[in-house]
Amino acid sequence: MIWNEPMECMSRDQMHDLQSRRLKDMVVRVYHNVEFYRKKMQEMGLEPGDINTIDDLVKLPFTTKQDLRDNYPFGLFAVPKSEVVRVHASSGTTGKSTVVAYTRKDVEIFSEVVARALCCCGVTKHDIVQVAYGYGLFTGGLGLHYGAEKLGAAVVPISGGNTARQITLLQDFGSTVLACTPSYAAYLSEAIADEGIDAAELPLRIGVFGAEPWSQEMRMKIEDGLKIKAYDIYGLSEVIGPGVSNSCECQNGLHIAEDHFVPEILDPSTLQPVAPGVTGELVFTTVTKEAMPLLRYRTRDLSSLDYGPCGCGRTNVRMAKIFGRSDDMLIIRGVNVFPSQVESVLLEIPEAKPHYMLVVDRQGSLDTLEIQVEVDEKYFSDEIAQLNNIRNKIKHKVESVLGVSVIISLVEHKTIKRSEGKAQRVIDRRKI
Amino acid sequence: MVIKQLSVFLQNELGRLEEVTDILYKSDINISALSIAETAEYGILRMIVSDIEKAADALKKEEFNVKISDVICVESPDVPGELHKILQILSGNGINLSYMYGYSNGGTARLIMKVSDPEKAILLLK
Repeated sequence: MIWNEPMECMSRDQMHDLQSRRLKDMVVRVYHNVEFYRKKMQEMGLEPGDINTIDDLVKLPFTTKQDLRDNYPFGLFAVPKSEVVRVHASSGTTGKSTVVAYTRKDVEIFSEVVARALCCCGVTKHDIVQVAYGYGLFTGGLGLHYGAEKLGAAVVPISGGNTARQITLLQDFGSTVLACTPSYAAYLSEAIADEGIDAAELPLRIGVFGAEPWSQEMRMKIEDGLKIKAYDIYGLSEVIGPGVSNSCECQNGLHIAEDHFVPEILDPSTLQPVAPGVTGELVFTTVTKEAMPLLRYRTRDLSSLDYGPCGCGRTNVRMAKIFGRSDDMLIIRGVNVFPSQVESVLLEIPEAKPHYMLVVDRQGSLDTLEIQVEVDEKYFSDEIAQLNNIRNKIKHKVESVLGVSVIISLVEHKTIKRSEGKAQRVIDRRKI
Repeated sequence: MVIKQLSVFLQNELGRLEEVTDILYKSDINISALSIAETAEYGILRMIVSDIEKAADALKKEEFNVKISDVICVESPDVPGELHKILQILSGNGINLSYMYGYSNGGTARLIMKVSDPEKAILLLK
């Protein structure tokens, strides 16, 4: 079933016209209401009148995550604060989050695109959707929640974690849809098997998984373990949250809600558009959002676009599953982690030197993050208890900033490779 | 008596200890007692050596983390119950024992102990 056929199945020409009209309107709004964009456009000698069709998108300035940080918390709002009905935030490097905001209409758009995404996965109003994404500042939990309600399904807002309870509710409530990160789905699948429960006996039939990169092999493993069909949901809070795009039953790319979020793929080094099908950095312009519309937001996610027809009947452009990232941000169990966050924490701890290496691995189905830290010579002790105290102190500080659990390994000083240029801080052993 | 002990931080890596003994050998340092505390990721080598300053300098030059700390050396008859007596005196006087190692030879046992108050421990054990 297609949730919004007029918007998801229009011709490319109609989409071009719609996006053009919406972009024109959006540029007027940001020019007059957001100082940051007005200044940028003026510096480039641009006026709203210069933007007439979606083809003029390339003339407009970019927005980066750093721009959001620089304007923390409310500097990019395009509406008075009284119009904002909700804020979300994602993790930031120095403990400062990047904040995003929604008007009532934005929440409506958010619900609409998630409803489309769920419909893309085959979810209907007869389903019971167990939302095991985290609720809170993270957009995952509430995003799926509102979308599923809009669709008319019954929502079980259990949030993340508490595996035993997740399993109990899957059994007792007979949840038919599970929404969470793919790594948690894989973990849940193993936990169900360990309990001696036959997954085939559970009513669960659909998985809506996203917020971190995952492979086809992982999909097959989860589908086999939970006896479900697993779908990919993509999104980022800056654009709206989950529901920016979603895979359909053809499992050949993710349809973008491009009447709201206009995608571009750029060569990350030249920032020039690449041909359809070529991999580059995914960039979004949010043409309908009111509270915090973003011009050409650089996601740093690497993907490609396919404008060809799809077997499901939707004409909205499809993006390929994310290949990786163009910067150093790591996604560990769905949480954004920057090596620079670790550095800022280590700088505050006298016992540790700011030389470190992040080793990312996947044990079973869960991401692990090991941080190798050099101990300052002054604090080296001949007693293990003392060294353990130092390690625990580092662990607690790092975890409180990153929001994910880490393994701290103390290593001999000067054993971590020094670099004169851009330091190699990360070893990613995950096979995605 | 209170003596100086040399400790070295060692990563759990094949041949790492051998590098230490090689450096000490080339610096003409004799090791008279030694123990290794190990965890999953690293070990701490603790030694009583013939020339502690020279040994520490030689190891530091090769980028090892080293530390010099005070420990006590206790000599006792090598018969049943002697260690028990020593520990009774220490705990009875509120002195904490972090770790110990030792050896016996020719009817005498020598124990190296890291305690919370080395001076007091020595007075009590005399």
